[in-house]
Amino acid sequence: MIGQALDRVDGPAKVAGQATYAYEHWDDGQPLYGFVVGATIGTGRITRIDTARAERSPGVHMVMTHHDTPAQGAPDLSIPFEYWRAFPVLSRADVRHYGEPVALVVAATFEQARAAAPLVDIEYAGEAGSYDFAACRHQAYAPDSLIYGMIPTDTAVGDFDAGFDTAPVRIDERYTTPYEFSQPMEPHACLVEPHGEDLIVHVSSQIVDAARASIASTLQIDPERIHIVTPYVGGGFGSKLRIHHETILAAFAARALNRPVKVALTRQQIFHLTGVRPTSSQRVRLGAERDGRLVAIAHEVTMHTNRHEEYIEPTATTTRSLYAAPHRLTRHRLVPLDLPRGEDVRAPGEAPGLLAVESAMDELAYALEMDPVELRIRNEPELDPERGVPFSDRHLVECLRDGARRFGWESRPAQAASLREGRWMVGYGMAAAIRGHLQAPTKVAVRLQADGTAVVRSDMTDIGTGTYTILTQVAADGLGLPPDRVRVELGRSEFPVSMGSGGSWGATNSCTALHRACEALREKLLATASNDARSALHGLDPAGAAFVDGGVRIGGASETLSEIVARNHPDGVEAEGETLAMTDDPNYQDYALHSYGAHFAEVGVDADTAEIRLRRMLGVFSVGRVLNAKTARSQLIGGMIWGVGAALEEEGAVDPRSGAFVNRDLAQYLVPVHADISEVDAVVLDGFDDKANVLGAKGVGELGICGAGAAVANAVFNATGVRVRDFPITLEKVLPGLPPMDD
Amino acid sequence: MSEADAGTTWAASSGVAGGTSTAVEPRRDEALPVLAITLNVNGRERRLEVDTRTSLLDTLREHLRLSGTKKGCDHGQCGACTVLVNGRRIYSCLTLAVMHEDDEIVTIEGMGEPGDLHPVQAAFVECDGFQCGYCTPGQICSAVGMLAEMDAGWPSHATADVSSPPIALSDEEIRERMSGNICRCAAYPNIVAAIRVVSEGRPG
Ligand code: FES
Ligand code: FES
Repeated sequence: MIGQALDRVDGPAKVAGQATYAYEHWDDGQPLYGFVVGATIGTGRITRIDTARAERSPGVHMVMTHHDTPAQGAPDLSIPFEYWRAFPVLSRADVRHYGEPVALVVAATFEQARAAAPLVDIEYAGEAGSYDFAACRHQAYAPDSLIYGMIPTDTAVGDFDAGFDTAPVRIDERYTTPYEFSQPMEPHACLVEPHGEDLIVHVSSQIVDAARASIASTLQIDPERIHIVTPYVGGGFGSKLRIHHETILAAFAARALNRPVKVALTRQQIFHLTGVRPTSSQRVRLGAERDGRLVAIAHEVTMHTNRHEEYIEPTATTTRSLYAAPHRLTRHRLVPLDLPRGEDVRAPGEAPGLLAVESAMDELAYALEMDPVELRIRNEPELDPERGVPFSDRHLVECLRDGARRFGWESRPAQAASLREGRWMVGYGMAAAIRGHLQAPTKVAVRLQADGTAVVRSDMTDIGTGTYTILTQVAADGLGLPPDRVRVELGRSEFPVSMGSGGSWGATNSCTALHRACEALREKLLATASNDARSALHGLDPAGAAFVDGGVRIGGASETLSEIVARNHPDGVEAEGETLAMTDDPNYQDYALHSYGAHFAEVGVDADTAEIRLRRMLGVFSVGRVLNAKTARSQLIGGMIWGVGAALEEEGAVDPRSGAFVNRDLAQYLVPVHADISEVDAVVLDGFDDKANVLGAKGVGELGICGAGAAVANAVFNATGVRVRDFPITLEKVLPGLPPMDD
Repeated sequence: MSEADAGTTWAASSGVAGGTSTAVEPRRDEALPVLAITLNVNGRERRLEVDTRTSLLDTLREHLRLSGTKKGCDHGQCGACTVLVNGRRIYSCLTLAVMHEDDEIVTIEGMGEPGDLHPVQAAFVECDGFQCGYCTPGQICSAVGMLAEMDAGWPSHATADVSSPPIALSDEEIRERMSGNICRCAAYPNIVAAIRVVSEGRPG
């Protein structure tokens, strides 16, 4: 059952419009509607705020500003993952970035709330802010904190300068990546229903426990009083790891009015209030022998941060494990700006980092006149090059070889700008993928009921990742049940605590915990049966027991699970399983755990307009054991397409006068649409990583992005001979480098 | 049917200024642009009073509580709100409910339900044409509308020869015609596969 391409068990509900997201509940009657009012300056303070006109507007129940908010907890910076920290809102008169909420209007209908919002009369004293990353790059500083409280910002091995200076072939280039945004299709939304002191919180969230902790510490109430409900999440991509303004504002309003209140951010607000990937400038230096072996690698990253709240994207961290080289250096530096604070956006770190490093590797391959696949194979490390520990289950070379074969890499044009099909300049590109495999404490319970069905429960979420489906498969496998006799219930804070969906760890955290829960439940059932004189299995040695087809068999004797349970546990029988923290798992000390892949892309570039079209793309991945072939492939192709967007389309443009993202909607912030995406496929190699967990599985949700954009960028170079290092690669950056138009 | 028949209910305006405290009694007595209308949704007559500013999308979601139709942007930029009006696909966020009294509106809830799915819905499940599911009702309504446009011989930007129908449903045609529906999970290749499964299973 594990690994099979089972259709999503939540699929029929989703395609029928019956899956209910945070904003779509009426259990407590008709909620009021909150509408957020955002600051129209980038830096400064509110000097006067007059709510009288808005309050008089029809249907308005309440207007909340920083004058009205109750006392709020401050973020505890000692909590390593910020998603669990308090998130105070409307807490001060100063404005720290454009669009920051300055008021909430609550009305009987959405139309009334929206109409009243512009009637809130606000005067600001604006101040000069810093919004231009390139102009402020000289202000970069070295952060003194660890990334996520655990990863050093800087590392050095050997003597980089000496190694680089004496290398016969050198690449020293700077790449820039823009502001990018998660932009899940479901807006960030929250509906709060007050019940006495308790709050039922329907919120679009990736991590239930973090949402509860963050709300409780902000509101300064007992976490047990908060009941999170989030059975379906319309995408997160990092931006729903933590709750944002909509949640705290809905909670304040619901408590003040003692009525259900719901708040959704508008698509435009989402750009300023959630999920922005920092813009970066990355210097990559590669020094190599003439045979392609690297002697020195440096990856130095400078990125923006909000001046008041630091965020460090781990952009250079996977470079530490990617290729062998005796002399190495990685660094992260921050440029303080008056822009929204960066947040984790899908594949934080690897997405922009591998865009730069895997482009630089391509540049090195051309400098050496070597096949870029071969260059990577020559630099395969035996041990993790910085930590000195062995890799668990590293199959990068197999991914490269298998991908090259399937894609037909041997027919690539070895010279750039050498293949022409009519008006199209055609090019092939490739890049390697690597992403750390993470693990975090997670509990899952499984209960067998007297009717012979199993119920799996965890506060784990399914954000489109397939959690419902893979947990169904693991329970079916663990208890010998057909999948239609397993029901999975997720996304409620009453259920056993998980670390949610993020960091590509959700699937393996929760499936490993469930696998253990099933083990414990099997032991309970066998003990029950062998002690039960009425059981056909009475007194038999449980060592040879098999759980199949909804029953237990020992030798020739067998009994159905429902008989055992109904007779001995009429209310059902339950067991819990657990996954440990990385710090409690010695494999994380003794091995470097990653998943791997190789991307291959073919593009056509219009010789006259420089329009770039993706023609086909293939990724071959190694992720240990696959839990569901269908949903894993979907995750991987989704990630690859994010890579295409990063290479060719996505870019937030900042108004240098106010720090506003001027293209803050889905018409102007371009994301891939159907017409941009031709044939994209993902293949996963058979595997089993016994160091990762008992199931041998590793995360897939972010691996697809890692390196994908670089494969496309390298294909553009191969097609045109034009190397664009300022992402995204748009036609006006390519056009000046193209040969003159044909006559 | 005229608007007078529908019983225009412009309430009289009167007003006392509310206080500046944070919680005020709502004022329902000012000029509220409310109309009583009847909509035909999924074959059922639905009578309701709506603020004339209410989009068809918000009417479906918030008044009729047919929340299968999704709001992704409210600006005609994502396609999550796609429904069929008189058999044609439209963005329901870009039109007002009061404009659709004589129309037949079909939402995802009217397509099929678990156990009795529409062929396009079933193909989306089979081909994994979605992940988070939020764009999905819009993609499915759009696909149904798009297949009808193909049957009617409407050309698209991707049609090489617009002069000689029928137009073959190539992958390029599907991609071009579905580009008004964004999927941030990027299930695009699987959505195209699902539409192909349906079109190949249909009588030509
Ligand atoms: S919600 Fe209508 S197009 Fe996005
Ligand atoms: S399935 Fe998530 S946006 Fe399309």
